[in-house]
Amino acid sequence: MHKMGKKDEEAGNPFQNVDRSTALQEAKKFHETPLRPRLCSETCTKVIYLANQGEEFTTTEATDFFFAMTKLFQNNDITLRRMCYLTIKELSKMTEHAFIMTQSLTKDMNGSQDLFRPGAVRALCSITDPTTLQSIERYMKQAIVDKNTAVASAALISSFHLCDRAYDIVKRWANEAQQASSSDNQMVQYHALGLLHHLRKRDPLAIEKLVVKLSRSGLKSPLAYTLLIRIAAKLLAEDDDRTALFDFIESCLRNKNEMVVYEAASAIVNMKNITHKEIAPAVSVLQQFCGSPKPALRYAGVRSLNKVAMKHPSAVTACNLDLENLITDSNRSIATLAITTLLKTGSESSVERLMKQISNFMSEISDEFKIVVVEAVSALCAKYPRKHSVMMEYLSKMLRDDGGFDYKKAIVNCLITIISESPESKELGLMQLCEFIEDCEHTSLATRVITLLGDQGPLCANPSKFIRFIYNRVILENEVVRAAAISALAKFGAVRELTDSVLTLLHRSMVDEDDEVRDRATFYYHILKLKDDKLNSQMIINGLVVSLPALERQLAGYLEVCPEEPFDMKTVPVMAVKEEVEKQATATKKKEPSRDEIYAEELSRIPQFAALGPLFKSSAEQKLTEAETEYQVSVVKHTFLNHMVLQFNCANTLNDQVLKDLTIEVEGADGYEPTSYISTEELVYGTPGKTYCIMDLPEADEVCASSLSCQMKFIVHDCDPNTGDVDETGYPDEYVIDDIEISVGDHIQRVLKPNFPASWEEVGDEHELEETYHLSEIGTLEEAVKQIITFLGMQPCERSDKVPEGKVHHVLILSGVYRGGHEILVRSKLVLKDGVQMQLTVRGTDPTSVAVVASAIA
Amino acid sequence: MEPSLYTIDGIIILDNDGKRLIGKYYQNSTMSLKEQKAFEKKIFEKTKKRDDEILLLDGVTICYKSNVDLIFYVVGNSEENELLLAAVLNCVYDAISLILRKNVEKRALYHHLENVFLAIDEIIDDGIIMEIDPNNVYNRLAIRSEDIPLSETNLSQFLERAKEEVKWSFFK
Repeated sequence: MHKMGKKDEEAGNPFQNVDRSTALQEAKKFHETPLRPRLCSETCTKVIYLANQGEEFTTTEATDFFFAMTKLFQNNDITLRRMCYLTIKELSKMTEHAFIMTQSLTKDMNGSQDLFRPGAVRALCSITDPTTLQSIERYMKQAIVDKNTAVASAALISSFHLCDRAYDIVKRWANEAQQASSSDNQMVQYHALGLLHHLRKRDPLAIEKLVVKLSRSGLKSPLAYTLLIRIAAKLLAEDDDRTALFDFIESCLRNKNEMVVYEAASAIVNMKNITHKEIAPAVSVLQQFCGSPKPALRYAGVRSLNKVAMKHPSAVTACNLDLENLITDSNRSIATLAITTLLKTGSESSVERLMKQISNFMSEISDEFKIVVVEAVSALCAKYPRKHSVMMEYLSKMLRDDGGFDYKKAIVNCLITIISESPESKELGLMQLCEFIEDCEHTSLATRVITLLGDQGPLCANPSKFIRFIYNRVILENEVVRAAAISALAKFGAVRELTDSVLTLLHRSMVDEDDEVRDRATFYYHILKLKDDKLNSQMIINGLVVSLPALERQLAGYLEVCPEEPFDMKTVPVMAVKEEVEKQATATKKKEPSRDEIYAEELSRIPQFAALGPLFKSSAEQKLTEAETEYQVSVVKHTFLNHMVLQFNCANTLNDQVLKDLTIEVEGADGYEPTSYISTEELVYGTPGKTYCIMDLPEADEVCASSLSCQMKFIVHDCDPNTGDVDETGYPDEYVIDDIEISVGDHIQRVLKPNFPASWEEVGDEHELEETYHLSEIGTLEEAVKQIITFLGMQPCERSDKVPEGKVHHVLILSGVYRGGHEILVRSKLVLKDGVQMQLTVRGTDPTSVAVVASAIA
Repeated sequence: MEPSLYTIDGIIILDNDGKRLIGKYYQNSTMSLKEQKAFEKKIFEKTKKRDDEILLLDGVTICYKSNVDLIFYVVGNSEENELLLAAVLNCVYDAISLILRKNVEKRALYHHLENVFLAIDEIIDDGIIMEIDPNNVYNRLAIRSEDIPLSETNLSQFLERAKEEVKWSFFK
């Protein structure tokens, strides 16, 4: 290439004028005799360069080039041949004729020129599909155990790539990979381990054996060590009873290589059930990293410590001095992580100083880190409620700064948490948010804040001050925000003193140009004009609690049949309040449909369930077997109006058995009577299967908690785990599994009432029942609250599930909807005295369900 | 973090204007060409002024190193072992430095683009680390002897060697 023209050299980029057509034209040089290898390899370089710049070649172009390239295999210039391999890999995706290279590559792969072989293996595998793979399988097996380490590595990683396309074939090479794993070469060892783990992923026992064996014999490659640690950590996460694995990871903390030490430390600090004592050595290693002159080490150290601080703040306290030194680090990423770690571990007194330091460089860091900071501040607020006002000040300052949507969302979330946690900062916080929406370009955030104002504002001392902010939105914003603002205004209108002024405002919006806004305004205007508290509560304050996708489905179904009677809202499943899910750290989590939606969808596909009506509620999954047993069964209870469907999720962990005609027989009790079963035809190793049981529910007034025993019945067929051939003859067998627990909670769906007192009055005392209980076994109020919630399966309102510390009495309020669409409200007064005394008041729209709930706790 | 051989999301080399010289994105990266360009622009803006060596951006960890008019980047998942990424970066840089006879700059890189492509291919194969020792990478390339550039330092070495040879031919 150094024969480039002088002019090009001056321009700095000799490839500047290269384009697709000239590069491809040059392929005619490939046909010359004698071949000029240097010129030809230059052409390949140009093609790769273009592909690298993102240039797309058409299928014809790529195919033509491939055909021309076959000529190049007659020349034995090493660089040229390797450029050919590289070009094949780059272009193979762009043509379906890549296979024309197969013969040349197979020849090189088995040839005598060692410098050709590894490249040929990799190129060959990149153009091979599962059908042609079988013809080279023999060579691949040989290559994996080849004594030339570069060939072995190339074969191993190519096999790993091939797993995506041809897992079943590659699986047969496990023995060769096993042999390669004891190679003396570092890279071969690493690649063999990676492949072996991938092939045995579904067999935890085999992997455990592999890890134990390799950890005893000791590895040479630091990369293999990091991989082995990761595998061991994953096994530990599934079952932390493997002390040998933990000892191995711990021993890696003393490895010579920093990469291995760090991997071990980070594996330890990420373990779930780790004790303070076990984590200490890992933390001290990370602490040393923080003092390293290399930025990557410091970053790694502080990032891991930051994670530790979330779960074990006290373990990190010892590193505070090192972390303080990092605040002034020239690498902003490191400095931010150091500060946020300190925020998590620091004492109440240092908070203000740290916040000041952060705000100094907030503008210099990326949004990712800003979010990290906000999260740290949020955690801090939860820890030191007395610092709320200081935090609020900083947060509102941040809210006014520039930043992307995610960043703003994090701040708003944090403010909302503060508002709901501490009543004294509520007014201040709401005012800050009001100011924020004055100048907010993100529609979703604006509507969220407005809805919050509508919920919380009317409960404040002086609700009228918020109205101005909300009405400004009605005048200035887009239709989505306007509609949200109208709904919020209506909630203020439900407050007696404000009704008249809100009516005036709503009246103006009744001529809005947008349909939705106009409809809402008209609707609320007429409701509010009646000045009926009960109606207000029902229509405005507490609103509709049905699940919207379900409502849509039901209405569509209703329209298809067009029956005489009016549509019954009570048949629509209510929207379940999501049980608090642990927040996941991954920022890019896709939005998934709720669990109930998935179940409803699944069940609707089975014709037998069509007659049961709409699904009311699905319980959480309950395990019916121990974790190590050969068959694994868990149950999900689906409640319908008059039936219950038990869905059994079964898994077969034996690879030499296939189970056929599998049913789980349930013994009825307490009015729960099984009526029919749906069996699963075949349960193969590794693929979970489902079987169902339909049960009648007891009479409405006899509903109570119960436990049902059950048994799994099936026909066992032996099968060969390697070939998958199944033996024709089978024999029946049965297997006893744990009892299914049914509670009153299975009949009740959790529903959140934003304004409980209003609902309480709305339902009235027509069907009120009161019971007094003495819970002698329960020692604390927290425990009592927890038990009651799980037992009744209802939603605690107004954060009454949190018992303030040191109190001896507490009121727990719960709301829910009983099977059939009957509202249920519970107020439970608890007093701590020789155990816990409880006075349970139940109100509802239906006398039977009230009675069931009132007598549920016995 | 799921144990896998796929550890590297991408290797990028940009020049001092932020223009892509090499941009290899592997398995784990799902960026379209447009997103890649936007990403490169973003990292260039963040890294052109300060040599911080490591950076978290858009949910990925980026290890980088600059020299004269080139910046080398290795991209990995934000949960990936940072030291592993740094080791790969060093290997890429050192191997290229060997190819370019320590003369790591844009012009030289263009002139040895062929071997640079081959070297990167020897280090990473679609997201899997093939080798992290730059000397092994260099030796496997089997660079043609006449490819060694005739820069000034080399010229003196060359003269030195010629002198030696002439001397020995006299002794024979």
